[in-house]
Amino acid sequence: MIEVEHVSKVYNGRRAVDDISFRVEKGEVLGFLGPNGAGKTTTMRILTCYMPSTEGTARIAGYDVFEDSIEVRRRIGYLPENPPLYMEMTVESYLDFVARIKGVRPRQRKSQVNDVIEKCNLGDVRSRITGKLSKGYKQRVGLAQALLNNPEVLILDEPTLGLDPKQIYDIRTLIKGLAENHTVILSTHILPEVSMTCNRVVIINKGKVVAMDTPDGLARQMAGAERVSLTVEGPADVVRDKLASIDGVLNVQASDPATETSTTYTVECKLGSDLRSTLAAAVVTQGWGLLDLHGVSMSLEDVFINLITKE
Amino acid sequence: MQNILAIWQREMKSYFVSPVAYVVLTIFLFLCGLFFFGGLAQLVQISISQAQMGGQIPIDVPREVTSYLFRTMALILLFLVPMLTMGLFSEEKKRGTIELLLTTPVGNSQALAGKYLASLTFLVVLFAASAITILPLFVYSQPDWKPILSGYFGMFLYGAALLALGLFISTLTENQIIAVFITFGVSLVLWVIALAGEWAVGSARSIIEYLSVIGHLDDFIKGVIDTSHIIYYVTFAFVGLFLAYRSLESMRWKG
Repeated sequence: MIEVEHVSKVYNGRRAVDDISFRVEKGEVLGFLGPNGAGKTTTMRILTCYMPSTEGTARIAGYDVFEDSIEVRRRIGYLPENPPLYMEMTVESYLDFVARIKGVRPRQRKSQVNDVIEKCNLGDVRSRITGKLSKGYKQRVGLAQALLNNPEVLILDEPTLGLDPKQIYDIRTLIKGLAENHTVILSTHILPEVSMTCNRVVIINKGKVVAMDTPDGLARQMAGAERVSLTVEGPADVVRDKLASIDGVLNVQASDPATETSTTYTVECKLGSDLRSTLAAAVVTQGWGLLDLHGVSMSLEDVFINLITKE
Repeated sequence: MQNILAIWQREMKSYFVSPVAYVVLTIFLFLCGLFFFGGLAQLVQISISQAQMGGQIPIDVPREVTSYLFRTMALILLFLVPMLTMGLFSEEKKRGTIELLLTTPVGNSQALAGKYLASLTFLVVLFAASAITILPLFVYSQPDWKPILSGYFGMFLYGAALLALGLFISTLTENQIIAVFITFGVSLVLWVIALAGEWAVGSARSIIEYLSVIGHLDDFIKGVIDTSHIIYYVTFAFVGLFLAYRSLESMRWKG
């Protein structure tokens, strides 16, 4: 649905986006993750035909964003970083205006506007002036605007920026619901958002793609190993040697400081092997006390920090 | 076409929701009234002094009053037109709504057309309102309506040219105040350039006089419709719109 090939954007001699390529399939929700200033907004602006790329091509639904810009614009809904509201209009008249310039047929306009008002829960504020709304409502009006004309592709730049936790939850639920009928790209610098809403993640830093995978896959790939944490009551050195001698174990680390009688160990195992029962059996047959045992997965946060601090 | 209409309507609403429309209308009508009165008072003075001297040269009062009024209107518009165009694009840039406008199927030319038409419409509203000051002439005398009509036609062309200039300048900045001052400054230069023409000689003089935005208005006010003046104003407006169009295009490249 969305194909981005070797896209670069140079601003005043600085490469804001540097040779980015990725694809998004129909019905996917792609998370665009990166620190502030990584090039997320620039990439989105290129995709929405707001600005052309310096190099490379991008296609949406088979149309080139530069060559067939009008065809692309018919197929996208875009929520810029700041919701593009005309401050003096009411929510309803604003949405009606956007529906018109998006080419919604006059007969369907009323029902479409009502539809997005309902979807984004704006019923209470429909006749209020947009300039007087709270940040959360403004964001929702911005999202409602993007949904008009039922676009195939939704491009949302930081859709949860500046919202309170309840509103963030609502917006995420809404976005998840949208994934059924739309292909979605959303950018964020908030990590849990990605694992909650996206099928796939592209991590970008300093204009370059540094990783691309499913949220789970990314966590696994970065860890490079399965990890198990276990707390054992027994002589620390002996226990560690014993654990290290088990087939498939790569590394054992005793946590420090240990309590008087028990020590917690982090055991790194070969990727794809589940050694939890083997480890448990080994401990128990030696007569030591097994107080705790659980698998450890690396959080997306660890992955992210790991990736963007690499250089 | 639907897009142009939608943008036109939104601009019109935004004029009349904000104080801009009312401020401009009020100032315009107040000054028109004031200068109408001033022009009339002057004529009364002249006729009294003439009567005292004994001679009686007939004065076409309605004619004199309207042409005086048109000349002052042109001056008033110099101040008011920048206020009509200042927000057209600069406000969109500041609020980020330009990003909405340029990512929907609305083309640059349609966005321009909608906005320009809205400002022209407001100009027509101003002129229609100013008719209040001229109508009493028809009650108390029988003025020739043709020069009045051609005067309005000339004023419209003159206003349309200045509006196109203002539209272009509003694409250059996201600050409305800057847009107002630059538009006013450039219009003023094009206005007073006629003075420079008086010192120049030969072809330089005729070029400078041709450039002056005000010199082309006189014939219209006298009731003469000359194509060369129409061409001047239409070209002026066209250049303004073309520059505005290019400026919108280049904005996308610069980001």
